Amino acid sequence: MSVLPTTKIYEGTRIPHPVPTILEVDPEKHRLEDILQVNFGPNHPSTHGVLRLVVDLDGETVAGIRAVIGYLHTGFEKNMEHKSWWKSVTYAPRIDYVSFHANELLYVLAIEKLLGIEVPRRATWARMALAELNRIHSHLVWLGTSALELGAISLFWYCFDDRDDILDLFEMAGGTRMHTRYVQVGGIAEDLPPEFTSEARKFCDSMPKSVDEYEAILDRNAIWLERTVGVGLLSADDALALAQSGPMLRSTGVDWDLRRDMPYLAYDEVEFDVPVYGGGDVYDRYRVHMDEMRESVRIVRQCLDRLDEMDGEPWIADDRKVVLPPRHELHTSMESLIHHFKIVTEGFTVPEGEVYVAIESPRGENGCYLVSDGGARPWRVKFRAPSFAALQATATIVQGLLIADLIAAGGSLDPVMGDADR
Amino acid sequence: MSYADVPGLVENRESFGETTLVVDPARLVEACTVLRDDHGFNFLSDIAAADYLGWGEEDVAGYIGNASGRDINEPGSRGLARVPDPKPERFSVSYHLLRVNDDPARVRVQIWLDDGESVASVLPVWPAADWFEREAFDMMGIRFEGHENLVRILMPEDWEGHPLRKDYPLGGEPVRFSDED
Repeated sequence: MSVLPTTKIYEGTRIPHPVPTILEVDPEKHRLEDILQVNFGPNHPSTHGVLRLVVDLDGETVAGIRAVIGYLHTGFEKNMEHKSWWKSVTYAPRIDYVSFHANELLYVLAIEKLLGIEVPRRATWARMALAELNRIHSHLVWLGTSALELGAISLFWYCFDDRDDILDLFEMAGGTRMHTRYVQVGGIAEDLPPEFTSEARKFCDSMPKSVDEYEAILDRNAIWLERTVGVGLLSADDALALAQSGPMLRSTGVDWDLRRDMPYLAYDEVEFDVPVYGGGDVYDRYRVHMDEMRESVRIVRQCLDRLDEMDGEPWIADDRKVVLPPRHELHTSMESLIHHFKIVTEGFTVPEGEVYVAIESPRGENGCYLVSDGGARPWRVKFRAPSFAALQATATIVQGLLIADLIAAGGSLDPVMGDADR
Repeated sequence: MSYADVPGLVENRESFGETTLVVDPARLVEACTVLRDDHGFNFLSDIAAADYLGWGEEDVAGYIGNASGRDINEPGSRGLARVPDPKPERFSVSYHLLRVNDDPARVRVQIWLDDGESVASVLPVWPAADWFEREAFDMMGIRFEGHENLVRILMPEDWEGHPLRKDYPLGGEPVRFSDED
């Protein structure tokens, strides 16, 4: 089976010219004196962040659009350059605060690639289990807020109820509900608590039923179908040209998932399907999200089985130049105390070089470009934010839509503004 | 995979299992077009610019201690394992390409520029370059010729300076409502 689809959603390209992210008002289709320019945001309630859309309206039709971002720019990359490697890990989850674990994992994977350190398998499977739980968490937030914007208020509460169960699991593992900083260079910060797998199994049993219930609410809901089917069209060629990834890309018929096509962690050892739909509209993006939640539960189950088998195995690499020594050794071993002191005060050094590591975050290709000069701090950190890339498609997908559908189409891009602005 | 047919190829480097193609900035668009059309790199993952001002020197960001080793008068300092290799110019711009098909692959196209030099925009090759180039301009001050809308994207429009440059201090922004007002 081929990765690229053979059918086309629409002929040709709809990417605006000459600037792909700015849709100019076409004077042949609209009378310029009828155009009303409206600012959506930066504090519009539907943006769930600070995104500004400058919309040119002809009546209720969107004739032109331009997305303006940067309102949440906090200079993460600059700050990370000024912290030692292991302190800067703390910044990564805060960039995309909805898929916090994915960012943290990505950054640590990039450091580990530079270090060439081998990670124990228990840590790898724990990271994977949490990564998939985080994916469900992120999709639940997307589903809840998207449905909320289109008027299905009750779904928001259901989704956030399930999301809470996931955060409970993260709290059990890492001690905090979000921004856990549980992923540590060389493994994970502490072993998973003994009750984690049984609690996570309970969640795995309840989650597929919840997904069924969400679909029961939405799938035969005339309003939901009316608002999503055929809205916000994007073809496969345009999606690739605009570097769309994740559910955005898979809703256009491109059968592409980094977990399967360029595996990292132990994704080549688990069984899962990649949901692909070919409609390229908001409804198909919703379908991809729903199916991915089911697939993620499947992966979590396999991870939990493996974690039970590996009970008692090391969860972090035994490399004293990089990894903090076990706490109990600090009382008896001078050597361990010195290593602990050195790592905490100066940090460990990372070999000179540059790497680009990419993982499939809930929003698509999340990449991290790292440059090290061989010192204790990163020389350059650059994140390839999937939300940043997704927002580039705004001007392509909203052409000719009504202003109410703009909310549905914009929400389907699943942008997290912290991720886009960094 | 041979990249010998890429126009303007200066260096083909393998490190950490990644391929880096250093190309002549003047022939960047040609090289990218060949990579897209003949090598199938249909997806531009990212454009990442890096500033190497003060690379391997003392007292710059990301660097503790001096290159020759521990400074005995500075207890917190520590030498590097070795002095890092010098870089050809001050700025690097790395284009991370991805091949989305049955034979997936990644490659990094890299160009080197000095301060004030500009490079042609790859927007005609991959429309996705639009915001990536705007970000590189905003953060590093790299100019992309032929980009129709090369304005700031993350910082306010009237901002001065390019924050991710190494000579731009951390915490260097003016503070409003300070005592001096």
